[in-house]
Amino acid sequence: MPSETPIFSARDVVRVFGSGKKLVRAVDGVSFDIADGEIVSIVGGSGCGKSVLAKIMLGLYKPTSGQFLYEGHEITDQRDHWNEVQAVFQDPFSCFNQFFTIRAQLKAAFHILKDRPSKSEIDDRVDAGLLAVNVAPKDIEGKYPFELSGGQMQRMLLARIFALRPKVLIADEPTSMVDACVRANILDYLMKLKVELSMTIVFVTHDIGLAYYVSDRLFIMHEGKIVDAGAPDDVILKPTSPVTVRLLDDIPEIHKEWIKR
Amino acid sequence: MSNPTFEVEHLSLHYLTRFGEKIHAVTDVSFEMKQGEILGIAGESGCGKSTLVNGLMGLFIPPLHPTSGDVKVAGESLMDRTPQDIREHVLSRKVSMIPQGAFNALNPTRKVKDIAADVIVAHEKGDRKKAYERLGERFTLFFGAEAKRILNAYPVQLTAGERQRSVIGISTLLNPEMVIADEPTSALDVSTQKIVIKMIFDLLDAGIFKSMIFITHELPLLRHVADNIAIMYAGEFVEKGTAEQIVFSPRHPYTKALMGAMLSAEPGQKSRKPVAIEGAPPSLAEAIVGCRFAARCPVARPECRQNKQELRMFADRLVRCDYAE
Repeated sequence: MPSETPIFSARDVVRVFGSGKKLVRAVDGVSFDIADGEIVSIVGGSGCGKSVLAKIMLGLYKPTSGQFLYEGHEITDQRDHWNEVQAVFQDPFSCFNQFFTIRAQLKAAFHILKDRPSKSEIDDRVDAGLLAVNVAPKDIEGKYPFELSGGQMQRMLLARIFALRPKVLIADEPTSMVDACVRANILDYLMKLKVELSMTIVFVTHDIGLAYYVSDRLFIMHEGKIVDAGAPDDVILKPTSPVTVRLLDDIPEIHKEWIKR
Repeated sequence: MSNPTFEVEHLSLHYLTRFGEKIHAVTDVSFEMKQGEILGIAGESGCGKSTLVNGLMGLFIPPLHPTSGDVKVAGESLMDRTPQDIREHVLSRKVSMIPQGAFNALNPTRKVKDIAADVIVAHEKGDRKKAYERLGERFTLFFGAEAKRILNAYPVQLTAGERQRSVIGISTLLNPEMVIADEPTSALDVSTQKIVIKMIFDLLDAGIFKSMIFITHELPLLRHVADNIAIMYAGEFVEKGTAEQIVFSPRHPYTKALMGAMLSAEPGQKSRKPVAIEGAPPSLAEAIVGCRFAARCPVARPECRQNKQELRMFADRLVRCDYAE
């Protein structure tokens, strides 16, 4: 049952870094609600503050001012928060320890849970997670992260999510390191997460094509502010902000003029 | 008709592993390029794109070895030369490479102008002061009034786009015949990507380099950047034609599948689901009989697994499939 309380609720959230002359307002007065079971994408160029916002959602940063609530309460204990909110990142190779087998690390992920399942159930759930991303458990048996390709490793990150089944997933550029083929694959799995586990997913990406395809709602971010928000078709067809117009204009689409040589 | 600036004849490359195993990463690649041409090469991760780049520079550092074939720049062969010889006489002057990670390509402890001046001094044994003057001129071409600030900055003080443009500037300092760009924009956001591509076009128009190979897996980007596109699969070219032909009317089943996996933010595309290609490319350690794509091909016939497919002219372009439509 989707609950009434929004998963995330932000009111005038500001996060600044540095001070004096070097002060940077990475997130500058952002307000939004994200409902249970919704897929929201935060899109923007490099340095627009989207990753900082993702880290606020993960409880890794606290807002400098403003209010940021998860299910109606402030994020105080990170470990508690990570029971329900988990992330996938851009570079899977920097997410896994090279010295331990992948299976051991997938199992170790369960340490974050308060109600830890039994040993055999953990094994079962890791197997199920691997199968969910089309990897036979025996294929990674005894293998270390460096023995897999980039696409396979990105799937291991997702297998971890399928095994842990968090309530909320924050995906920070999950596909920017992989080729188009693997990207289509990963999107399939993410859609499966939504359908099978009714997970709330927040995508953080600079790829507006990806965002358009997966999300229920799009936020366009620029210089720390949300400049455009709404259903994907509305944002793409009737952009209200010059930033969105430029972002759309800069994508190389096959049917559209881009740069003339 | 000008002579081809760059010729590749039946180039095959292999890696020799610690266990004495040969991995045939690139098999029988042939093409030639004319002045002013941009050739795009696309394919999945691990299809041999980056191995091919090393081969095209003649830079064979173990475990990579040439199997057979020839690469010629302006008529001069790059094969059977030591890495030392290649570095002194070919790299930067004749063939230059633009790497993917601009951050890793620049020494963080030195200013951009020093990194760049080293290239000029090392290759032309010239005066360092003159080198700085030349740098100023060249960087003003594409950075305008910003040139001075960028030259005097350390890499960390620049944005990702400025760094990548500096790397391109440095790679093309000695006016190479040929520039090979290996995913030059995949780490950048779309707006920065556009600025970088614009700069590449400007350099080509100004005659600073003569032709370019652009490697990426973003086919929509290639349609705007490249004149011709070659699609690579498991170390082979499977289709080569003009950018329009490949993007709008792909003929090889693999090219079609790649196009099907593309995402796009064009209105009305939301219902069109990108389709991933199931399965994985074949192991290149073993000899492969038959078509390399057969195991994943949606329209494969039993005979595809037995008959070797040749790259041949099919109507308007080269296709490696007997049953292409």
